[in-house]
Amino acid sequence: MKMNGARALLESLKQEGVELVFGYPGGVVLKLYDEVYKMKFPNILTGHEQGAVHAADGYARASGKVGVVFATSGPGAANLITGIATANMDSIPLVCITGQVANHAIGKDSFQEVDVCGITTPITKHNYLVTDVTELPRVVKEAFFIAKTGRPGPVCIDIAADVFNTEFDFVYPEEVNLRGYNGKYPVAESAVDEVVKAVEACERPLIFVGGGVIPSDTSDTLREIISQLGCPSTSTLMGLGCIDADTDGYLGFAGMHGSFGANMAIQSCDLLLAIGMRFSDRVTGRVKDFAPNAKIVHFEIDPAEVNKNVHADLKVIGDLRYSLPMFLNKIERSSTNFAEKFSAWKVQAVDKGSEHPFSWTDEGDAIKPGALITRISELCDENTIAVTDVGQHQMWAAQFFKTRKPRQFLTSGGLGTMGYGLPAAMGAKLACPDKNVVLFTGDGSIMMNIQELATIADNDIDIKIVIVHNFILGMVGQWQRLFYNHHYSASELKCKRDFVKIANAMGVRGFKLTKADELSADLPEIFYSKGAAVIDVFVPEEENVLPMVPGGRRLDQMVLD
Amino acid sequence: MQKYFLAVLVENKPGVLTHVSGLISRRAFNIESISAGYTEEPSVTRINIVVSVESENELDQVVNQLSKLIDVIKIVNLSKSPSIERELVMIKVRASKETRADLVSVVDIFRAQIVDITSENVVIELTGSQSKIDAICEVLSDYEIVEIARTGTIALSRGPIPVKQM
Repeated sequence: MKMNGARALLESLKQEGVELVFGYPGGVVLKLYDEVYKMKFPNILTGHEQGAVHAADGYARASGKVGVVFATSGPGAANLITGIATANMDSIPLVCITGQVANHAIGKDSFQEVDVCGITTPITKHNYLVTDVTELPRVVKEAFFIAKTGRPGPVCIDIAADVFNTEFDFVYPEEVNLRGYNGKYPVAESAVDEVVKAVEACERPLIFVGGGVIPSDTSDTLREIISQLGCPSTSTLMGLGCIDADTDGYLGFAGMHGSFGANMAIQSCDLLLAIGMRFSDRVTGRVKDFAPNAKIVHFEIDPAEVNKNVHADLKVIGDLRYSLPMFLNKIERSSTNFAEKFSAWKVQAVDKGSEHPFSWTDEGDAIKPGALITRISELCDENTIAVTDVGQHQMWAAQFFKTRKPRQFLTSGGLGTMGYGLPAAMGAKLACPDKNVVLFTGDGSIMMNIQELATIADNDIDIKIVIVHNFILGMVGQWQRLFYNHHYSASELKCKRDFVKIANAMGVRGFKLTKADELSADLPEIFYSKGAAVIDVFVPEEENVLPMVPGGRRLDQMVLD
Repeated sequence: MQKYFLAVLVENKPGVLTHVSGLISRRAFNIESISAGYTEEPSVTRINIVVSVESENELDQVVNQLSKLIDVIKIVNLSKSPSIERELVMIKVRASKETRADLVSVVDIFRAQIVDITSENVVIELTGSQSKIDAICEVLSDYEIVEIARTGTIALSRGPIPVKQM
């Protein structure tokens, strides 16, 4: 069918099942937006391109679909960078479509020209510059395929402005033909057999799951494996929800601010089954002393992650969709009664953890962050999606919010992007309108993309925004308190901002909670009310996130109080 | 540090060399040389990389990371199989009437060629292993070297099987 490039792009997106894009118009994408108008293609106009890309990211994390962003050339594209890097670090499937200056203007330092492919190469799974309209359908097809298959990730498509105007005969390709990438990651059965032997031979196994379980949709199989083995389990921050927080033997998440029980179990286990995770420095502590007594087994789709940070004694490279059912099947047929064999070790690991559970101490009528998040968690069902920003509140949310399902806890784990939360929560709600969405943010983080309150109001996006308001950049302040002699350099936020008024001005309801009794008196009513709300909760300034593994220390060298 | 020779077959598309070289630099891998050129298939470019690594594990990292690039079709470690390695160098040396005869004998001994000559200089061309090229450069440093251009090493396996079928 004859059509122009702009129309062809939107038709291609429809073929890929895209129902919603997040985008911001500008000079070189005017033609594209004209077709958006004519086709009534759903587009959420955000306040800033960074809001659009984080919203697409939240949409992708909540739904498992590919998030799609539109931005104009130059500054529009440049404003996406933080969001693309965030998605890249956490392996989130995005397709980011940017306009580029017209073909004849490329390379001339034209108005609003920036080399998008050059800038995004280190932070994308792949990128394209489309200069010829006939390539556009193939490129879109490939981009979606690359973004969502294998280890997912963001893909950028930069499109020269004249491509949108050029008429051609549009045919959407049926299949992708890439010589260097087929998106299939088969598993060698012999590798799984080796792991089964190791499990049969070990005394103290620990299951350690990461975010890789989420895109592979293997959480159910994983839960069966845990129940079959009857051993203790833990997760990374990104893996929260893969295991129900109330699972017998689940020790909470591990790492820098992870639970005492999980970190101690890692250091004392003799077999670590690492599943879909990448041994980030936040999770290993001093890497050469990580799990010193354990044989390490790595189930992983990306061969480049194996032996990158931590040496794996056994590796099962390939898609968890294949390896985990194979592993489950083999342990079910094993003659060893694992649950019986490992039950004493499981009790021991859980008991160890109960020596120092995540906790807080009440002080007068002040609202403690732990109490706040525990209270909200009680108000939430398993269909509530918790989204966080980055900082102390993020760690408290990870510690005290009970996550039960995959895609229920959305956080910027790898890049640690302040400002991620509000737009991501918005994207999550748009992806899952039937679920409740709660955002935990801080008085620092919320300011980084606060313009999206207006987007939330304009589009009636019902999310509850909980600001853990401690009048300081909390995590920076914590490190300054512990390691820099209380020198609160450029971290105090003792300013006059009023989040209730800001919310109201943007068209969102605002509430302020300052006393502990308001958690039971006022919070439920606000929480269950219809419509978006900012809940500004004052908490004490000098509260540390504990436990804490200081940089360069072993996992079992936690600061506990 | 051990050197390995990698033959990397990639899609002949704009930006591929940027993707490959960008990855090498941001992952802080040490490369001795990198060169690229057309192959018997118009749609395939061959990138020849000499990488310098501390361990086999680090070499695996280089190969695994490069393999993740969508436009990389195949990577073969040619150091593992018998192969022929060559580099081309061109060296411009100041040459007066007095020194020209000496230079000619150096060129003969190395089986190099003089490919350009003026009253003031000669240009010497030599193809060979990296060590042979290092050797002629060393000898010629007794004269006045004006400039040197080297291609970096390229390699081809011995026997009938091409890299794409390895």
